Amino acid sequence: MVNRILVGAHYGLKDWIIQRATAIVMAVYTVIFLVVIGSVGPDSLESWRGVFAGGFMRFATFLFFISLFYHAWIGIRDIWMDYIKPDGLRLLLMIATATVLVGYAGWAIRILWRM
Amino acid sequence: MAEMAIKKKRPKNLDLPTIRLPLPGILSIIHRISGAALFLLLPFLLWLFESSLTSAETFASFREVVDHGLVKLILLGLIWFYMHHFCAGIRYLLLDVHIGADLKSAVLSSKIVFGVSIALTLIVGVQVLW
Repeated sequence: MVNRILVGAHYGLKDWIIQRATAIVMAVYTVIFLVVIGSVGPDSLESWRGVFAGGFMRFATFLFFISLFYHAWIGIRDIWMDYIKPDGLRLLLMIATATVLVGYAGWAIRILWRM
Repeated sequence: MAEMAIKKKRPKNLDLPTIRLPLPGILSIIHRISGAALFLLLPFLLWLFESSLTSAETFASFREVVDHGLVKLILLGLIWFYMHHFCAGIRYLLLDVHIGADLKSAVLSSKIVFGVSIALTLIVGVQVLW
């Protein structure tokens, strides 16, 4: 007799890995970002834009934002699953969370490529 | 068998004021609270980022907001939340690969997380905000 409790198709392993992969991307970016703002802060528009105008920083910042929003989805979804018991309300909050995060992703892309 | 394991009655103590959370537990709940707070303030942070980059007018309003004393205090709090989430997150990644999983190291690494995140907050906060 197989003595295990099935709670989902893949036990959340994919999300578990993505939560950690996105964390590593953000951790690396954080170090890069701290080094950069160690020399150039948001003191004048020209120098501050110069930081993100380069291809590397723009793409790295884009990757950071995408990782952030995916990471936030998993974390906030876990909070809803831990504390919100009524199915309908939980589903509503999850949909709202996913919706605003997709919106933020569009916003972040617009910021980076319209500046 | 499986169903019995689910339905087995376990003792519960949810009288929160009587629970003394050990340091790794405090670290853990701040990890969650900081993540939630950063999520809730994402629109504000994205707006700040956008106005800091878009034009001379938006940059001026960005500086005006950021130079306000109360906003500086909020941003310092958010920098601490970020640094705590960052340092505690690295600790969790190490725990995932079984580094520091015994009780003594877990308490020690929690102290390191609190120390390093507060130090980073002060360094970055002073650098960026003042």
